[in-house]
Amino acid sequence: MRLSTDQMIFWQQGFIKLNGTIAFTWALIFVLAVGSKLITRNLSTELQRSRWQNLLEIIVTGIMKQIEDVGLRCPDKYIGFLGTLFLFVAAASMCTIIPGYEPPTGSLSTTAALALCVFVVVPFFGIKEQGLRGYLKSYTEPTILMLPFNIVSELSRTLALAVRLFGNMMSGTMIIAILLTITPFIFPIVMSALGLLTGMVQAYIFSILAAVYIAAATRDRKAKPAQAAQT
Amino acid sequence: MDSMTLIAIASIVTAGLTIALGSIGPALGEGRAVATALSSLAQQPDAASTITRTLFVGLAMIESIAIYCFVVSMVLIFANPFWNYAIAHAAGK
Repeated sequence: MRLSTDQMIFWQQGFIKLNGTIAFTWALIFVLAVGSKLITRNLSTELQRSRWQNLLEIIVTGIMKQIEDVGLRCPDKYIGFLGTLFLFVAAASMCTIIPGYEPPTGSLSTTAALALCVFVVVPFFGIKEQGLRGYLKSYTEPTILMLPFNIVSELSRTLALAVRLFGNMMSGTMIIAILLTITPFIFPIVMSALGLLTGMVQAYIFSILAAVYIAAATRDRKAKPAQAAQT
Repeated sequence: MDSMTLIAIASIVTAGLTIALGSIGPALGEGRAVATALSSLAQQPDAASTITRTLFVGLAMIESIAIYCFVVSMVLIFANPFWNYAIAHAAGK
């Protein structure tokens, strides 16, 4: 019984492998990109608009509101990254309805790649907002003794993001595979529905945690005395 | 008892114990988190969206501990490097 789609190899030459993870990821990228391109071809601003445009507007405004609630003041700067993160993980999980499909996020390589993206983006936005010195100084808050702890927490947050998403997706597919050999009648369908729910929750969690990390890195520290004076 | 049997016994027992003991703590923690969230929802229903979002984020963090234990257990059963090495050794002989 294979642990993930990494072992499902379609084509191999030397050490370059085309495995199930890569193939399903390409299929997801294709569907998301082509779908959104087709929907946003003729955007209308009147009351009469296509239902696909309505769907996209609901999704985009929902994500922007969530980003604002987390504490990032201009969601336009961050919605490109955070929205794509959410849509990719959510689409990867929702497509399990299609038979023969297995989520590429059930492989540690995909989730590690996504977590590394977050690991790179957080200092990028932090330096963009606060400058290099301001961002590096944030590692010595509240005291210089916390410097190793802050660095270790940065690394462990990334690892936790990767393993959390991998564990949730892999456990969902594995439970269904095991149940299909034990009680193949009704129970796998119930577990599939549970897998859909946890997939959506994990997509939300992944993007909200990325937003919280970015908010913590771009938090304006100099404004705190002014805010404290106001309240 | 040869080494292959020992490896098998150790892996199976550890896999079972890992997931059994590893789900006690997160379950208790999640129960307490949801109970507190419900009582604060009853006290302040207009903050429902903030409380719900924070509850979900907190539950995901607690759940990830159980997920770590599950991943270790799965690796021990399905992708066990010691077992694979022992199998390759025995097949090579």
